[in-house]
Amino acid sequence: MIAALDITPNFYLVLAALLFTIGTVGVLIRRNVIVMFMSVELMLNAVNLTFVAFARALDDTAGQVIVFFTLVVAAAEVAVGLAIIVAIFRRRRGATADDLTVLKG
Amino acid sequence: MTAVLFFVFGAASIAGALGVVLSENPVHSALFLVQTLMSVAVLFLIQDAELVAAVQVIVYAGAIVVLFLFVIMLLGVDRREALTETLRFQRPIALALGAVLLAEIVYLAGHRWATGAHTARGVPIEGGDFGNNIERVARVLFTDFLWPFQLTAVLLVIAVVGSVSLARRSGERPDGVASTGEETAS
Repeated sequence: MIAALDITPNFYLVLAALLFTIGTVGVLIRRNVIVMFMSVELMLNAVNLTFVAFARALDDTAGQVIVFFTLVVAAAEVAVGLAIIVAIFRRRRGATADDLTVLKG
Repeated sequence: MTAVLFFVFGAASIAGALGVVLSENPVHSALFLVQTLMSVAVLFLIQDAELVAAVQVIVYAGAIVVLFLFVIMLLGVDRREALTETLRFQRPIALALGAVLLAEIVYLAGHRWATGAHTARGVPIEGGDFGNNIERVARVLFTDFLWPFQLTAVLLVIAVVGSVSLARRSGERPDGVASTGEETAS
């Protein structure tokens, strides 16, 4: 029964929406900065899935090329972000969001 | 067949994403992230994006997750802090906002919000005289997207220089390292 079902691009869009939402909630509820970064990766991956689904739906390879640019941005973001985490950890002895209260009034 | 693959690996990716958010140990989160990335790579394969799927496995699951694990190993972040909340209404409001966001995106996904316009050369996914998937991607990347491609080189150089300058310790005595290790262990 399931095997006969026609998978339209909307299925992929809804799946990507679920992944993106889980990533957003992860950024909001976790206190560990490294896990927050992983949640950001989840969000970027959901967007990649959307790009590939639209490339298939519109029959245009450009959607797959955009995924590479997203990948480069993700790699750069992880490199800089983890360097920031290491710098914070060295200074404050902890890497949770609760340790970053310097700007608190 | 495609439908079965979609539901199996879609469910696997959702389960992995929930595992990333909900597991207490950051190492488990990283491993669940690998599960999600692999499942999404299979979903890419179903949609005729072979090169993107390969790069997803090599770069994301291979390089980025290893970078995460390196930092976890380096910092020794195994404090079981994560699931106790210090702000009072943070978690319910976060869940409510997440539900609103999901409703918005699903609403958008059910409507036609892409124009259907093609890029300048409009290389199709299959058919035509364009070769295999790698050749098609290369053709688009090095013609229509040549300028963004050059800009990513600049972005990567900036990221490398930035992370090196952030990670080096400047004007700090080496014996500061030893005290860091002791306080982490205690």
